Amino acid sequence: MAAATWHEKPSFLGRWGMRIFWTLLAFVMIFPFVYILSISFSNFNDVAGKGLVLIPAHPTLDAYNYVLASGVVTRAVGVSLFVTIVGTLVNLFMTVTMAYGLSRRGVPGRGFILGLVAFTILFAPGIIPKYLVVKQLGLLDNLWALILPGAISAFNLVVIRNSFMSIPEELIESAKLDGANDLRILWNFVLPLSGAVVAAIGLFYGVGHWNSFFDATLYINDPAKWPVQLVLRQFVLQGAVIQDVVVNQQPPPSITIQMAVVVLATIPILIVYPFLQKYFTKGVLTGSIKG
Amino acid sequence: MKQIVSEKKSLLQKTTPKTGAPLWQRMWRERWIYLLITPGLIYFVVFQYLPLLGNLIAFQDFSPFLGFFESPWVGLDNFARLFSDPDVGIAISNTLIISLLQIIFAFPIPIALAIMLNNMVSDKARRFLQSILYLPHFISWVIIISIFQQILGGDGFINNLIRGTGGQPLDIMSNPDFFKPLVVIQVVWKDSGWGTIIFLAALTAIDLSLYEAAVIDGANKWRRIWHITLPGIRSTIILLLVLRLGTILNTGFEQIFLQRNAVGAQAAEVLDTFVYFRGVQAGDWGFSTAVGLVKGLVGLILILGANKLARKFGEEGLF
Repeated sequence: MAAATWHEKPSFLGRWGMRIFWTLLAFVMIFPFVYILSISFSNFNDVAGKGLVLIPAHPTLDAYNYVLASGVVTRAVGVSLFVTIVGTLVNLFMTVTMAYGLSRRGVPGRGFILGLVAFTILFAPGIIPKYLVVKQLGLLDNLWALILPGAISAFNLVVIRNSFMSIPEELIESAKLDGANDLRILWNFVLPLSGAVVAAIGLFYGVGHWNSFFDATLYINDPAKWPVQLVLRQFVLQGAVIQDVVVNQQPPPSITIQMAVVVLATIPILIVYPFLQKYFTKGVLTGSIKG
Repeated sequence: MKQIVSEKKSLLQKTTPKTGAPLWQRMWRERWIYLLITPGLIYFVVFQYLPLLGNLIAFQDFSPFLGFFESPWVGLDNFARLFSDPDVGIAISNTLIISLLQIIFAFPIPIALAIMLNNMVSDKARRFLQSILYLPHFISWVIIISIFQQILGGDGFINNLIRGTGGQPLDIMSNPDFFKPLVVIQVVWKDSGWGTIIFLAALTAIDLSLYEAAVIDGANKWRRIWHITLPGIRSTIILLLVLRLGTILNTGFEQIFLQRNAVGAQAAEVLDTFVYFRGVQAGDWGFSTAVGLVKGLVGLILILGANKLARKFGEEGLF
């Protein structure tokens, strides 16, 4: 809301009170990120003393070089990238096709299938039976276990379907009369018209895959197939030591290594964040939350 | 163009009547639609409804070696254990306490933040604040907890600061007594900004002339917030509160799972983690499935009840 004519000038105290509040809030939100960033760039002397590293006196890339050379983290990043890219494509394919099918009027059985989908929002099947199904399908220790069991979010399906429903019926019917089948209509008309919503949902799916941690805990026992979040937990929260298999040298302080992994795992999110923000601040999603 | 469309429409109505045709004929006409729905339908059957059916092992003494068809049926035995196993009680009470703390402390903060952001005069400052407030929502729990560890943990920033001034270090991250407030603080830090979005959207829908009229009537800022702003977003608040009450048995699984070992099960075990550790870790499959099933059913009743409650308040409800 821009300043309206009737806005009275805030009092001196009120104005400064708010300024101090917002500054403090910004500090509380930003400082932790700055802190881990500076630790990750610190050398032994910086963290050995009081540990109060605000700006490292001797900035170094040692921790990053060590992490990248050790192989464990790079392999995990590879796994996460695979799951994120392939997983998001599977998500979008499955969600968009089903959403389109369920957005068309007059299809026998549509209401029933919609009901099936909606019910899963209200009642989740539970961890154990889902685990047993994945196990039964032979997907344990298989990266597809991180992709297929969550291939469609019913909520995202509803959001995309709502956006498809807002496309004028006449447009689709006339395309049909021109001889286009539903596949062509979806690809040539519906998708371009709903591009923003589909892209936003794709970003959300992607961020979800990158951040996903529990599915891998559940389904992946082989450390060679761990995604980055699981490796992060192992090394940062559980304090395991990253073995350097390449060079036999004095490793950098473990705390700097840990924070370097944290920073590396955060970077992809920071890269997509501006795009994410563009979509959700435009209200692309908030407007369609109610189904 | 419009004319062509309407012409085609009438032509369409003549040549392909929507209703009246036999069912198989109508289904054949929509064959492409069914083709498009099929992958998604297979997903829902295999990964949602098959596990839903799999909940039947709650009535079994299930053993993975025997499998679903060979495991012995034990009737309601697993459900009877719900009342005799003391760990279930701990999990229920931890779940409820954490949820209630979140509703009391974490729920109102986004509302207040949204109103304050909405009142900001400078667009630039507001956009900047929104950017940094929304960001943690997209960061994984593993990273968020790593960051908290670095700030509040034994060797973290705060304790180093305290040590530097000669004080006694505080045990925050691994103290069972502090676990529940800590969980709430983490949720506040991570998701308060994100939570403002839906309220900000509701705030923009308030008619600005109402404020203008209130100013003419001599209402100060606080009275305007109380009499115009809050009533304006009332239905959004009630809707979200109802939704939160309906999901009171969910406490944010990953966040708690990741920190459970540091403080122990007594303080940190919630229903979801209980199901995981009892089932997948300890192999008590039938019992943990029973716990999960009861949790799901109670959750279903709660969300339906909460929705009814919202309607009683004269709100639209969720469905």
